[in-house]
Amino acid sequence: MKQWIAFWNIFLKDMRAYYLKPPNISWGLIFPLAWTGMFFIKSGLGLESVLSLLPGVIAISILFGTTSLLSVTVTFEKKGRSFDRLLLAPIPVGLLMLAKTTGAILFGMANAFVPVILALFLADLSQIAWSLAVPAVLMIAIASTFLGLFVAVSVSEVFEAQTFSNFFRFPMIFLCGLFFPVDVLPVFLRPLSYLLPLTYGVDILHGAIQGKNMMPVSLDFLAIAFFCVTLFYFSLKNLYRKWII
Amino acid sequence: MSPTKDQSPFIETSELTKKFDKITAVDKMSFEVDQGEFFGFLGPNGAGKTTTINLLTGLARPDSGTIRIGGFECTKNPKAAQHLIGVVPDESNLYPELSGFDNLCFCAALYGMPKKVRRTKARELLETFGLAEAADRKFAGYSKGMKRKLTIAAGIIHSPSVLFLDEPTTGIDVASARNIRQLVKGLHRAGTTIFLTTHYIEEAERLCDRIAFIVKGRIVGVDTVANLLRPVQGKRVMLFSVSHSDAVLFGKLAAAFPLLEFRALSDGQFRIESTESIHIGPLVRFLEEQGIEALEARNLHPSLEDVFVRITGIEVDLMKKEKEKGGGA
Repeated sequence: MKQWIAFWNIFLKDMRAYYLKPPNISWGLIFPLAWTGMFFIKSGLGLESVLSLLPGVIAISILFGTTSLLSVTVTFEKKGRSFDRLLLAPIPVGLLMLAKTTGAILFGMANAFVPVILALFLADLSQIAWSLAVPAVLMIAIASTFLGLFVAVSVSEVFEAQTFSNFFRFPMIFLCGLFFPVDVLPVFLRPLSYLLPLTYGVDILHGAIQGKNMMPVSLDFLAIAFFCVTLFYFSLKNLYRKWII
Repeated sequence: MSPTKDQSPFIETSELTKKFDKITAVDKMSFEVDQGEFFGFLGPNGAGKTTTINLLTGLARPDSGTIRIGGFECTKNPKAAQHLIGVVPDESNLYPELSGFDNLCFCAALYGMPKKVRRTKARELLETFGLAEAADRKFAGYSKGMKRKLTIAAGIIHSPSVLFLDEPTTGIDVASARNIRQLVKGLHRAGTTIFLTTHYIEEAERLCDRIAFIVKGRIVGVDTVANLLRPVQGKRVMLFSVSHSDAVLFGKLAAAFPLLEFRALSDGQFRIESTESIHIGPLVRFLEEQGIEALEARNLHPSLEDVFVRITGIEVDLMKKEKEKGGGA
């Protein structure tokens, strides 16, 4: 019970201190809006392109929202040594890191629904399989957040967190089937796509929104879950190696 | 998971060692701290004081040796005793964006305290530490002294059995430092075991039951303040100020007064130590013969500073200057 009091309060503190702050809320709104607008105009196809663009815009909104905030806030707290307070608390480090990431996961999910709400006014969303889309959004948010955590515990400066995040994020935009199917990528790039978690999350979204899956949904969920566990495991390992020296 | 209830020390380390690359920060350190004791860790910058606290509290892992706190074996599992521990780091590390009250409530929540209890305790502590009026102000806006006080309050909000205080009064004004010392004394009187690291010898002498001198990661002396002072008791010490002094003068003084021990402190100031009475008349006359004017002579009571210098060979003034330059060990 005591550990869950700690968990809940770490989550609440992060929500109040970071995720519900006006600049971050506006980041969560403006960023997905900008991406949606950009790809909508670029497609030149008119309103019928909305549904084909939606999976990519949802994924990119989650990816940038979660990784940016989590990697920066954790690095910032470590730099200011307030993170040491958390490490000194009598709660397992795994639970502590789950508490630190829960806020980012929810923030990522909230970001995901900005383009969805926008799309409501532009297209017919009645055929979307929400029972698939919502779990996909959740899994993408978890994987992206844990990627942000992995970045945060691998660097020591706040600016490094941003640059290291971009090292993963920008290739993902092109390699994970967000806006161009993986099939159209050059053959030598395709293996890279399958090494990135977003490929599987986006594939589920394509299935849920347009009914066009590349892989079986169960395989997609299994693969993205594997990435989540692996990223979290290596983040904890890195934390023990670098922060509890 | 329950600690063994016996008369064994509350904190016990054996052959504790920690290396950073080729530097040995803590070198086969063994010591014990009893329950309710006020234990001081005194040493210069880079001696290994903060590293030792990090090892004891679980922020660092030892390369070898063992740690037991409150009966819990903490070497492999530092989380085991963290519920018994309160830590006040050498830098105030609370959350700048939260108010004083919210910071305390958050720290209490990390130890699983229920909402009602932590709010009551936070208000009590803000009152005790004279911060009630600043309770709703953001921590970022606090003065240095206020930040130290709130950091101490955050360290004790869960009523820890042992409080680790790392240089609690460094860099704050005299009044705040005095206030903090009184608060810490009060905690000790209430039964909290205190582990204090400091480079202020007077602070350690005034507060601690027992003191360990630490140099280059090793304990070079540990005892009660009374026992540490014993070798210098009965010794006469005088501080002398003259118009000017140099090495030649000290040579002449040593030759003329073989029973006295002279030690240069700074230009124009030296210290005389002797087991016999120090007669000022012959000294003044001798200096006048050398064309040097004696400006001031002051009797000093031998202090822990003398013991520290004797055991460690480190000049205290140098230690203070190093610390003021910044950085902990």
